[in-house]
Amino acid sequence: MNIASFAPLAVVLPILGAALTFLLIRHSRAQRAVSIGLLSLTLLLECLLLASVWDGGTAAVTIGGWLPPWGIVMVVDQFSSLMLVVSSAVSLAVLVYATGQGMADGDHDAPVSIFHPTYLILVAGVSNAFLSGDLFNLYVGFEILLTASYVLMTLGGTGPRIRAGVTYVVVSVVSSVLFLIAIAMVYGATGTVNMADLAIKLGELDQGTKTLLHVMLLVAFGIKAAVFPLSFWLPDSYPTAPAPVTAVFAGLLTKVGVYAMVRTETLLFPGDTLNTPLMVAALLTMVVGILGALAQNDIKRLLSFTLVSHIGYMVFGLAMSSTAGLGAAVFYVAHHITIQTSLFLVTGLIERRGGSSSVDRLGGLAKLSPLLALLFFVPAMNLAGIPPFSGFLGKVGLMQAGIELGTPLAYALVIGGVVTSLLTLLAIARVWNRAFWRKPSDAEHPDPVLLAAPGVRVAGPGAKLNTVTLLPRTMVGSTLGLVVLGVALTVFAGPLFKVSDQAAHDMLNRSSYIQAVLGEDTVVPMILTAGGGK
Amino acid sequence: MSVNLTLLIVMGALYACGIYLILERSLTRVLLGLMLLANATNLLILATGGYAGLAPFYAKETGAEDYSDPLPQALILTSIVISFAVTAFMLGIIYRTWVLARQDDIQDDVEDLRVAETPSFDAEDDAEIPAETSEFPVATVMAGGREMPAEHAAAEEKPGSTNVAPGPEGGGK
Repeated sequence: MNIASFAPLAVVLPILGAALTFLLIRHSRAQRAVSIGLLSLTLLLECLLLASVWDGGTAAVTIGGWLPPWGIVMVVDQFSSLMLVVSSAVSLAVLVYATGQGMADGDHDAPVSIFHPTYLILVAGVSNAFLSGDLFNLYVGFEILLTASYVLMTLGGTGPRIRAGVTYVVVSVVSSVLFLIAIAMVYGATGTVNMADLAIKLGELDQGTKTLLHVMLLVAFGIKAAVFPLSFWLPDSYPTAPAPVTAVFAGLLTKVGVYAMVRTETLLFPGDTLNTPLMVAALLTMVVGILGALAQNDIKRLLSFTLVSHIGYMVFGLAMSSTAGLGAAVFYVAHHITIQTSLFLVTGLIERRGGSSSVDRLGGLAKLSPLLALLFFVPAMNLAGIPPFSGFLGKVGLMQAGIELGTPLAYALVIGGVVTSLLTLLAIARVWNRAFWRKPSDAEHPDPVLLAAPGVRVAGPGAKLNTVTLLPRTMVGSTLGLVVLGVALTVFAGPLFKVSDQAAHDMLNRSSYIQAVLGEDTVVPMILTAGGGK
Repeated sequence: MSVNLTLLIVMGALYACGIYLILERSLTRVLLGLMLLANATNLLILATGGYAGLAPFYAKETGAEDYSDPLPQALILTSIVISFAVTAFMLGIIYRTWVLARQDDIQDDVEDLRVAETPSFDAEDDAEIPAETSEFPVATVMAGGREMPAEHAAAEEKPGSTNVAPGPEGGGK
């Protein structure tokens, strides 16, 4: 009995938790216990899965005993299990943060009881997408997580959230329809939706059909991953959601899109057909995203733009299709999930302590709450890629791979990456200077919460402060945990880089994946490259 | 592989109408457009299954080449359920928009409008900072027992200055 046979539990446990918490909808304490308990169990299971493939190898689980390519398979390899562990760790931290917020605010201003079931469904969808070895099951995973995200995005049904939710829902549905059309086309062309089987059969198609299917899949995943010019929807919709929801969306949802792009590029359509357009898209995503961030006053919007911009780094690593580039991209995805989520959680805390997330209304937070300043400073410097943090290591990995490739476009991307990193530092430093360093009274429109002396509670429009703690211990604790995880990624960067390089090697080689699904004696076709890149 | 031409034409018409409708600003029309797109895609999946044959796995004597392909139908079933859920949710959102704003239109993003209207002047970056014109370092001199910048000391030399260091008798003011 192999530990990998328990992989479907990573999807089943959260769904079971969703059902239980839905039954316990009137008992908020039991709800919290069930959801945190089951998510911790899932995380433990996923750590065991990662440990079982740590030294290499791929395991496939056939669902219901239907043999591939007819039945559905779930595939555990280094990349998918690494993503599972990071995503579950992050979602557990966000869940603890959200329960802390719910307890502090007394659960009265939003239908929070629906939060737990929906959140667990979201986690199940993410796990399903990471594990899926079947194109249609990947679509189902996407739909599960998207439908849950629609509900979380519009939680409470206030005006701004509904307005932002409309954009988000319509764009997501259109991208899902594109994905479904692409699946139908793939099925029409090959007669299978099993990804390992597709890897063999797509290679036998003529180049025109192959490119068409490739482009359709990449566009569908590009919308979900927010790659420029398909990223327009993200900064409009993410910032209005509640802080923990924005945090988990920013950390996980776009990365599921990146994961699907990586699988498409390496497993289904290996070779370098679309590497040049992908590189151009990566460059534009980085530069346009960060220029957008510089124009923002609101920290949440600014972070949303940096999120878009840093997706560019991952696409850059992917587009090089070399072991070094892809390995650095895998490392960068793991790093970015953790860092981006912790920054959004800290912004939630800033909003509580300072009353606003707009830098025009903030000031002096470093003196008011040194702990908050530390919690912001560490992941912010990590995001900007200041040595010795993991952001720096990931970027150096990408730059090295780019220089190794040595084409003019790769050099342009290396330069673009450095410029983006510096501009990220500028954007983050502006937030730091204005929100943390200047005096509260220097703010253009200081928030009343900010100016109030400690211990004094403000009455008036912001009067919910009368009943809430400014910085509840659960929220600070979970944010601290996530920041520490980000620092741990730096400390353990050595082994992590080794695993991600090996994962990249296996993905580019494909035989490990295909033979795990279809049997040891399957002949894996050679990868034909059109010439040019490596 | 033979295909049903009527279904293909219907599919094309559904796609055309669907794309036209999602470009509208009215939310209800956008929803109708999304429903048409989803149904057109279902027809597309059906078309990939090839010609219609006998029911699969029903009778033992049916040859494998006489079956219809069961997989596209399973895919369509899943996709119908998903689009049903999304449609129900969208209706909820449309109703909520109507309750909140009494209108059925997609609204502009407030923050986008604000950024678009902001002039390129930035209070912090573009503020007039008096330029330091002197090339010499600011000198300090000993004046009245204290160390002070040279220009201040010069100002105190002028008649009428009240800021004079106290004399040994405690006078001077």
